[in-house]
Amino acid sequence: MSIFGKDDKAIAKFSETLPIPEFPQCDFNAAKPLNASKVAIVTTAALHQDGAGFALGDSDHHYETLSSSAKNLKLGHHSVNFDRGGFAADMNVVFPIDRLQEMASAGIIGAVAKNHYSFAGNQSATVSEIRLDSGPDCAKRMLDEQVDVVLLTGT
Amino acid sequence: MGVPRALYTDFPLGLSLGKPDDKEFQTQVMLSAFELLKETKGPVIRDFPVSISATDSEPLNCALPARLNPDLHPAVDEAQALKAAYQRALEKSKKTSVGMRISAVDIPDALAKFAQIAEGEHWETLGFSAESIYGTVHDIRSYYEELACELAEVPIEPWATEQWFYEQTEAGDVVLKARRAMRDKHVAQEVWFGLAPAGRE
Repeated sequence: MSIFGKDDKAIAKFSETLPIPEFPQCDFNAAKPLNASKVAIVTTAALHQDGAGFALGDSDHHYETLSSSAKNLKLGHHSVNFDRGGFAADMNVVFPIDRLQEMASAGIIGAVAKNHYSFAGNQSATVSEIRLDSGPDCAKRMLDEQVDVVLLTGT
Repeated sequence: MGVPRALYTDFPLGLSLGKPDDKEFQTQVMLSAFELLKETKGPVIRDFPVSISATDSEPLNCALPARLNPDLHPAVDEAQALKAAYQRALEKSKKTSVGMRISAVDIPDALAKFAQIAEGEHWETLGFSAESIYGTVHDIRSYYEELACELAEVPIEPWATEQWFYEQTEAGDVVLKARRAMRDKHVAQEVWFGLAPAGRE
């Protein structure tokens, strides 16, 4: 028997059993020039700091705020079928904050946002909570912080 | 998905940027994503041209310590001997995912409990609940996987630390033995199954 998390066919078969919500519309805006844009990261790796965290299961739709300088992050993706070795070696593989800082220094992006945000990837079947509650709330915060571009890193 | 611009990356789960400790590769992935900002009509999805397999990794070789105290269970002895490597990894990366249930200093004692379960002790008499035994294994595995990143002399490839933990360490071995003992004693599957990835025996 293969190891589930490494088996693309097994994952695909499992994925077929999961509901896929339909999104009726997709907002699309022309972007500012990248070298004039402030960029934030939003990750679904459930990253958090000591004392915070995410509940097991699919009912925790809150988000955590991660400052640009935060280094002591924990990976909240606790599934035993999830490979955590990459994150253990290099946080940038899900939260590429060092790469963003380098791009800002090189003038490729305008600026790195002060705050970044983290959700749990395991959400309810309809994802209605994140769509109607915590998602818009997080988006409003980023608008208030003059974020122009969001880099979503899904896990 | 409903996002305006998406870069499809055929990478294993957990590796959004593809390769840990590969600055050049990660930068290429991000620049490819940012290229999509030039699109004026969408939604748009584009494939990243490089794929990464979860199954092509070379086995990770990390030197494990020799037995220091033969009076201890090998897994307990091993975990104690690896404390310095864990501390070095922590000081270097400034982060740890250990702490879901126990702290790093508790790892040897936790492994002693798993050794007892493997030898027939009932898991609940050792103070575990279904939730705490799951979290404890999470912390043991995180402890080992994080220190493996310090010991390894090669880049960490997909699933390499998981394979190293379960197949090469005394700790992984005793966790699997405890899991089998619980299964053979007809402990509820939801308690023992999650102590290792599906497919591990």
